[in-house]
Amino acid sequence: MLIKFYNANLLDPITKTKGLADLIIEDGVISKIKLKRKSTPIQIKGKKSKNILEINAEGLYLFPGLIDMHTHLREPGYEYKETIRTGTLAALRGGFTSVCCMANTFPVNDNPEVTYYILAKAKEEGSCHVFPIGAITKGLKGEELSEMAMLREAGCVAFSDDGMPVMNSIIMKRALEYSKAIGSPLISHCEDINLSEDGVMNEGKLSFYLGLKGIPKASEEVMVARDILLSKYTKAPIHIAHVSTKGSVELIKFAKEQGIAVTAETCPHYFTLTEEAVKDYNTNAKVNPPLRTEEDLEAIKAALKEGIIDVIATDHAPHHIDEKKVPFQEALNGISGLETAFSLSLRLFHEGTLSLEELIEKFTVSPTKILKIRKEGIKEGAQADLILVDINKEWTVDKNKFLSLGKNTPFDLWTLKGKVLFTVKGKKFLDMRTE
Amino acid sequence: MKDLIGIKELSKQDIEEILNTAKAFKEVLQRDIKKVPTLRGRTAINLFFEPSTRTRTSFELAEKRLSLDVLNFSVSTSSVVKGETLYDTLKTIESYNVDYIVLRHSSSGTAKFVAENTSASVINAGDGTNEHPTQALLDAFSILEIKGRLDGLKIAIVGDIIHSRVARSNLYLLSKFDTEIRFVGPPTLLPQEIPDNVKIFFNLKEGIEDVDVVMILRIQLERQKGAFIPSLKEYSHFWGLKKDLLNYIKKDAVVMHPGPMNRGVEISTEVADSSQSLILRQVTNGIATRMAVIYMLKPKEV
Repeated sequence: MLIKFYNANLLDPITKTKGLADLIIEDGVISKIKLKRKSTPIQIKGKKSKNILEINAEGLYLFPGLIDMHTHLREPGYEYKETIRTGTLAALRGGFTSVCCMANTFPVNDNPEVTYYILAKAKEEGSCHVFPIGAITKGLKGEELSEMAMLREAGCVAFSDDGMPVMNSIIMKRALEYSKAIGSPLISHCEDINLSEDGVMNEGKLSFYLGLKGIPKASEEVMVARDILLSKYTKAPIHIAHVSTKGSVELIKFAKEQGIAVTAETCPHYFTLTEEAVKDYNTNAKVNPPLRTEEDLEAIKAALKEGIIDVIATDHAPHHIDEKKVPFQEALNGISGLETAFSLSLRLFHEGTLSLEELIEKFTVSPTKILKIRKEGIKEGAQADLILVDINKEWTVDKNKFLSLGKNTPFDLWTLKGKVLFTVKGKKFLDMRTE
Repeated sequence: MKDLIGIKELSKQDIEEILNTAKAFKEVLQRDIKKVPTLRGRTAINLFFEPSTRTRTSFELAEKRLSLDVLNFSVSTSSVVKGETLYDTLKTIESYNVDYIVLRHSSSGTAKFVAENTSASVINAGDGTNEHPTQALLDAFSILEIKGRLDGLKIAIVGDIIHSRVARSNLYLLSKFDTEIRFVGPPTLLPQEIPDNVKIFFNLKEGIEDVDVVMILRIQLERQKGAFIPSLKEYSHFWGLKKDLLNYIKKDAVVMHPGPMNRGVEISTEVADSSQSLILRQVTNGIATRMAVIYMLKPKEV
């Protein structure tokens, strides 16, 4: 199989390559990259043979495949929400060639057998690279450490109890200490669950107005502060998941200035939506941490620009329709995000918040550094791991076209600017040019 | 209008119309024969997912006075305990061809959810801490009867504001008129961010000074568990409305309570039974107001 891209704008922050190029992929490997001064007219004569795909990429971009540091693939255990097969297909459609799947499966990924299962499934049925994230504590209970070293050996790249934050500080301290021997970071979903109580949205005027119980911003910030201080004390790196508040941004900024080994991510919904999105009790906008206010949204954008927030992740959290078609209080948290995340993030480029290069770094270089995973980028001899993007193409989100089983999105029917047209991951590819 | 989800969704004109209609029904209720044939042949179901005797009884009486056939569906005997989803419960009820659903649920936003998923008219009889619109309407009706107006009044709402759907519905209703609204209570029971048109008082005496209406809210006996208040004794001492405090409100001011009361906690017996108390009048007016609401709603033609 031969795939040829002509006259593409190649932009790869991994290899630090930039420029107009023709690129050939042969059986899943990049066999040739020809950088050139100006585009040369080409004639694509239709399909010469079944095994050659020629693509006129004039005006389009080739980026390295994106990495999602925060995905819920739901398998094993919740295959009615998502499977490794459907989740990784959704990833390709969204431009992600690697996803890091969270440990809150059933059983929990707190022992190597589960990790092996996930990796075997991914190899058999998956379409993109799957990097499992192991649990920090057994059963996500926050009591005993999971077998972190064995999990690492089995293939886990990081550790997180995600939605079940480690409330007990001594356990968190020991987990941080222990992680130093392993060399993989902890990812912390920062939430003081006592402060959140049974809150379901951001606490403020709107939560009072809707009669919904609020989650104070302090619920996140208290734990961001704790984890920063524990990281400082233990000298172990900590990665803060899905930052949602201005206060968290300020704390992370302070920590970075102190030289503390903290990194952070946010998700597209936190720089795209505010709490106003739940005003009509829209369960598809119910997410944890909750959507906040305009001032938080602006602070998060600024933090992305200033490099205080290193990574954009999806927190792809697919749910079954029955789990969202209930009164707001009872609805599960989460947004099916893989297929909209990159287009939503391109808004940051279009509005001038980030350069294209900075934006791609948040999805590629930064995750590889934090997770210490190797990505070769777009270069000759490397496995093909890239996406073709029309950064200006306008398209309308249609949840029914999602390849993910999770149709839970607050962005349905939104018109977005910028679309992934073609994703190649080794010998696998997904062609979305005619969508 | 198909449903009554909340006061939020009503215009000032809607409210005035309901209150006028309620006045007409109150006259009916004073006749020897209190029943009108208006809605004969139509069916109402009281769908209560939370225990309530007073509100349900009041609705049931209002429905019967309108000649509706009435069904009561309460949680303990329902299939909900068998794990049926609300959506399926609704679809089942819809299949009975019910015209009106009176809903009480512990979850905020449920009335809207139900209204969106059925063609019957839905009347919110309290959804979580969101709204209890008929309570606010009957409160307004009662104030109007005594004061003749809502505009220009100062109203203090006292107590467990954050957990109260009654406080919210009253806030939204009174905000549509030219009123001064005060929230009075311990900070743990007041909203974290105060609505723009509300004045906050931690001190009861200052909060009720010179007001025309004091609305006392019921304090749930379990509030000390969540560390909202240290004890009922302390709450009662500082925020319970006692007789001597009546000197601080206007001479012709009225005291209201949505019931059921905890006598001696949020309100003293002397105040509850005083001539300034509207509490029993509120109960009476509840029936006329609910009749008016049901009468004015139009189920979707199927």
